[in-house]
Amino acid sequence: MNAMPLGMSLGMSLGPYASFIVTAYLMATVVVASLIAWIAIDYRSQTQRLRALDESGVLRRSGRSATEL
Amino acid sequence: MLIAWSRHRHYQGAMTLIDLANPTRFLTLTARVLPWLAGLTAILLFIGLYQSAAAPDDYQQGATVKIMFIHVPNAWLSMFVWAVMSAASLGTLVWRHPLADVAAKAAAPIGAAFTFLALVTGSLWGRPMWGTYWEWDARLTSVLILFLMYLGLIALWRSVEDPSRAARAAAVLTLVGAINLPIIKFSVDWWNTLHQPASVFRTGGPTLDRAFLIPLLVMGVAFMLLFLTLHLAAMRNEILRRRVRRLQMMQANGQAA
Repeated sequence: MNAMPLGMSLGMSLGPYASFIVTAYLMATVVVASLIAWIAIDYRSQTQRLRALDESGVLRRSGRSATEL
Repeated sequence: MLIAWSRHRHYQGAMTLIDLANPTRFLTLTARVLPWLAGLTAILLFIGLYQSAAAPDDYQQGATVKIMFIHVPNAWLSMFVWAVMSAASLGTLVWRHPLADVAAKAAAPIGAAFTFLALVTGSLWGRPMWGTYWEWDARLTSVLILFLMYLGLIALWRSVEDPSRAARAAAVLTLVGAINLPIIKFSVDWWNTLHQPASVFRTGGPTLDRAFLIPLLVMGVAFMLLFLTLHLAAMRNEILRRRVRRLQMMQANGQAA
């Protein structure tokens, strides 16, 4: 990877260690995006399972439906 | 009259706390608060990233100082999340708070991710500045131990099927692991380490120039809000997961009868 064009393309000069800086920011982006995606997918999965339980007619101990808050 | 009013106010305050302890009320509150928190986090992250990009080069580190704007907030959070889990563990063991073990369990993977980022970004800064990706000094080693403890805790949560039984074991492990927090914080003072000493949270005030301190603090607050948003969302998932489990057990019992 050529460091100078990478830094210049971002509109700033990142110097000789541009690849380290860009990799650090990319890693942070990937990890945070994965966390957000994992939590969003998990939420979808749980609500789908609750909807399926709701359709099967099972009620909570309080008498409320599975999907009701 | 005044006493009656203050008692009434006290009662209202107590009711609010009890309401929050109720998972159903917590879900209502989360649904209301999460969009605002997510929006505020995105705005602050954008401002922080812009300020980080615009920050000048350091006279010694050059442009690699920009790695600090993500490394330091993640390092702060790696310890803060364990402190949150420790408080939640006290809630589990002492007060048996209904949301305490949910909070502890939901925080562990998020804390592990932040600790991983602190280690990786630190390593990427260390190579050009120290000449090595890794050094077995007290600060780096104690943070690596923290990361391994997060993984151990996640494994423990996943290996015990009954969440309430897992909660007690995890709470004990979390509180024992909290001994590592002061070791991490003061490792740079107690031992001769390659890692530099504290430059923001120290007696005598920060030693950083405002050009670096302001983007760092904005990124710090942004990552703190990111944690709060993700933690609330993960707690909501955990409450729903437990509801699914309870309902499936009720369904199975109903079918067996």
